[in-house]
Amino acid sequence: MPVATGPPRTSPRSSTTRSRNARTPFREEVWQQLLEGIRFVAGDFTDEAAFATLKDTLQELDEAQGTGGNHAFYLSVPPKAFDLVISQLKKQGMTKSVKGAWSRVVIEKPFGHDLASAQVLERQVSSAFDSQSVFRIDHYLGKETVQNMLALRFANQLFEPIWNRNYIDHVQITMAEDIGIGGRAGYYDGIGAARDVIQNHLLQLLALTAMEEPTSFDAAQLRTEKQKVLAAARPPRDIAAHTARGQYRGGWAGGRQVLGYLEEEGIDQASQTETYAAIRVDIDNRRWAGVPFYLRTAKRMPRRVTEVALNLRRAPHLPFTHNDIEALGTNALVMRIQPDEGITLRFGAKVPATLMEIRDVTMDFAYGNSFAESSPEAYERLILDVLLGDPPLFPQHEEVELSWKILDPILDFWADIDTQPEGYASGSWGPESGRAMLARDGFVWRRP
Amino acid sequence: MIINVPDTTATGVHMALVKARHSVGVASSMVFTLLVVADLRNYDDVFNACKDAGREHPSRIILITNGLSASSRMDAEIHLGEEVPGEIISLRFHGEMVNHRDSVVLALLLPDSPVVAWWPGKSPDKPGDDPIGALATRRITDAMGASNPLRALETRARNYSPGDTDLTWTRLTPWRALLAAAVEQYPATIADVTVTSAANNASGMLLAAWLEDRLKCTVVRSESTTGLGITQVRMNTSKGDITISREDGRMATFSAPGLPRRVVALRRRELNALITEELRRIDVDDIFAASMRCLVQRCERPADPVGIVAKASG
Repeated sequence: MPVATGPPRTSPRSSTTRSRNARTPFREEVWQQLLEGIRFVAGDFTDEAAFATLKDTLQELDEAQGTGGNHAFYLSVPPKAFDLVISQLKKQGMTKSVKGAWSRVVIEKPFGHDLASAQVLERQVSSAFDSQSVFRIDHYLGKETVQNMLALRFANQLFEPIWNRNYIDHVQITMAEDIGIGGRAGYYDGIGAARDVIQNHLLQLLALTAMEEPTSFDAAQLRTEKQKVLAAARPPRDIAAHTARGQYRGGWAGGRQVLGYLEEEGIDQASQTETYAAIRVDIDNRRWAGVPFYLRTAKRMPRRVTEVALNLRRAPHLPFTHNDIEALGTNALVMRIQPDEGITLRFGAKVPATLMEIRDVTMDFAYGNSFAESSPEAYERLILDVLLGDPPLFPQHEEVELSWKILDPILDFWADIDTQPEGYASGSWGPESGRAMLARDGFVWRRP
Repeated sequence: MIINVPDTTATGVHMALVKARHSVGVASSMVFTLLVVADLRNYDDVFNACKDAGREHPSRIILITNGLSASSRMDAEIHLGEEVPGEIISLRFHGEMVNHRDSVVLALLLPDSPVVAWWPGKSPDKPGDDPIGALATRRITDAMGASNPLRALETRARNYSPGDTDLTWTRLTPWRALLAAAVEQYPATIADVTVTSAANNASGMLLAAWLEDRLKCTVVRSESTTGLGITQVRMNTSKGDITISREDGRMATFSAPGLPRRVVALRRRELNALITEELRRIDVDDIFAASMRCLVQRCERPADPVGIVAKASG
């Protein structure tokens, strides 16, 4: 049972443990206030009495804590238990917003495992909650930087003129994790990297990068633009040539000896679940026609990093000798999402010496260093938005379904070929097929 | 950090700001990652050379050494904002970890920028195939850091892969500039050349290969028992000899038929200056590649000019 009752467990760990886990300075009085309102209600999903106790507990808190009937249910439960939990909440009459008070539900990814299951999930949830009361949480979209992507694009004059096929050559969106699946075998096996990350995070980042300017930052406007661009996006026509998948092997990563995916506890020896997925997405509209978007995600990469990199075309004419510019690449604008949030611009500059030698240099803007106050944790921001009822950051079911429409053909193709994903060394940037997939189009993956 | 700027002007404040920014080390403007695989023996010299190189090329410098402990672990030491605009990360590997250094280094490379590997002392036979070398697009070795420099340079030449250079080559830059100027200024066909250097001097061997490759004439090496490094290059033309001699490792004399003798500064340079110069080029050095090919040919020739010992003449 996710919500528990009873007196708050007052054998709290020492304040040093608590403060160690706090991202911002730990304040005892805030903690004490929070403690006042914490209750545990123990029970099974099938146990109606437990849900009745939950209702009573909430009512008691409404009076004692002055929450006035406003409730948000954060369903951190396995996907298969969704239906059951929602119908239990509904049975107790806790799901409908009544006059002067709201009832909201927060659900976490995965939002289904394909289009059909996403639609089933949507029916279950919408049977109990109004669509504006459903918050699909995606903590990447709560990151300050994602919101800053909107600021960068739409608050500046500098970038909009180049934000199209005339200047952008291709776009790479990467989410790399240095860890393996850890203890999440039960969740991960059979899901894989594409469903776990591409369907939600990466396609949302693609939408934010590629969408047109919304007329305002009003939730409905923003959603409209995201939906438009997702509807224009499509999977590659030749899926074999423009996608890649892999599975990490055992070895040394970052100075530690680690297990391969198939050696992890609880993983079937014949599992074909991918831990590396890379796909090409094309957007059929005037702004992006002919500009490939490459999305990749993987476990056990050299480091943890999420970024969106827009690679610009080469200058049409370079009045230098071949020797001068041998080390010159192309310009790039990189929006770093995590962990080192910020923006990087790459351009050519002359090396200080008597030679005319031009080389790539980078200019960084790092949020962490520039703003004195530390940016709030993504979840803090999202939970606040849930409580305020401010949904622009949360994908609605239409976006979820459009994302599955892009991914489903690829997942079906992978399931049909019925082979083991290509192995890649733990702590490397992925399998050979990932490299080959970009080489076919004449590109190379950035080292993020 | 507290900076006091008493009795100043706008320019003074600005200068102090620039200085502070440099000393704090803006993590951003770093241009490449330099991997330095060093021995504990010459650690301090290498560390200082890294600091100097970092001044001209703001970079992330990863200094890799093997420690003596038997337990498998890695110790790191980070130098940030100490006189250098970039950062120096010193990694010391112990025990089993020594075999997996690349797994750590790979994760520390700067995003999307060149990687240069440098072995100041002993280097692998084929740097391009070395786990650390394979991470880099430019690999810098130093044959003079090996116990047998001539053999080390020959091994380098035989195992050359694009992006390799050797500090032996960097040491020659002033010599090459002077020789190129001499040949251009003096319009005579060169019949043959003699390069005289100290015994075991790899630069002399490479200079001979470069001259043969460029001038397409016979180049003979001879060894001198006095002097440091390369002591003389004599180019024999129909009108007489063009000679550059340097006995003391600092000043050279240039003489050509019908011209007055000239004194030219031709100082042997410190490690710091060499590596800083070498890092200016990140692309493949085609002239070096051609010289190394010629060096291999010279080594394979039956009447190998290497090893001919003659008395050097002034």
